[in-house]
Amino acid sequence: MKCSEFLKELTDYLDDRIDAPTKAELEEHLHWCHNCYVVCNTTKMTIEIYRDSHLYELPDDLRTKLRSAIVSKCHGSKDCGPHTHDESQAATPTEKSTEKS
Amino acid sequence: METIQPKLDEPVSEELMLVNAARGGDVGAFEQLVKKYDRNVFRIANHITQNREDAEDVVQDAFLKAFQNLGQFQGQSKFYTWLVRIAVNEALMRLRRRRPERMVSLDEDINTGEDTIPREVADWSPNPEQLYNQSELREILQKTIQGLPPSFRTVFVLRDVEGLSTEETADALNLSIPAVKSRLLRARLQLRERLTKYFKKQRGGDGQP
Repeated sequence: MKCSEFLKELTDYLDDRIDAPTKAELEEHLHWCHNCYVVCNTTKMTIEIYRDSHLYELPDDLRTKLRSAIVSKCHGSKDCGPHTHDESQAATPTEKSTEKS
Repeated sequence: METIQPKLDEPVSEELMLVNAARGGDVGAFEQLVKKYDRNVFRIANHITQNREDAEDVVQDAFLKAFQNLGQFQGQSKFYTWLVRIAVNEALMRLRRRRPERMVSLDEDINTGEDTIPREVADWSPNPEQLYNQSELREILQKTIQGLPPSFRTVFVLRDVEGLSTEETADALNLSIPAVKSRLLRARLQLRERLTKYFKKQRGGDGQP
């Protein structure tokens, strides 16, 4: 197996979404290829460090403020009659039709 | 080598009861859903917009739109995936407003074939937590993820930070599964490459990029 072939399978390998024979082949490659071992190990650490980083935690005071604003807007929206707006795009966002300038 | 598994799904029956009550106009029930997911929506919005005020607006607008459009939620996907879809769309809209000169789209998929070639192959040692204090580390992680194109950043955040499955991420972003996997691989490798410049094993140098 070449390093480029290993890299193509790296995401499925890290997510454990590959069949046993392919996994064995990848691990055989990892056994002798130091560079791929390092790339695999540090990619795994990259994922873990972001997962455990607690970036952008919502502070309690802001959380309370936002929730109260949301609840108040929902009550206002209900008083105006539910589902009266033409917001069909909101529930099925149009990522595919974004502008390309 | 040990692999990484996404977080396990939680039972959804209680959630469906709340969704049904909210659909009938019960704001109290909807508030329970807000409490359950506001932190996630705030994180996702911040990661995409890279702007705290925009993220606050996204949280409010996404939940309000979800409440107003609950009638359209058919229960084919999980409520959270549906909510994330609305929040991502709101966040991308705000990013476009702030950066009208730049293309901001989940469709962007510039594949030069070179962005997955590892150049930095040094191992990390000691652990980043030992090299930097919490706030320094947070700054490095923020700066690093900001450099990714929004389409990569969004997939990485949903899949690896929020723990959505590949299928849920594809559903939330209206992308195909191969597209999600391709963006995820490139996001992971690009982040790894950039972080290695900070965290690589020090060999006589000061370890700074």
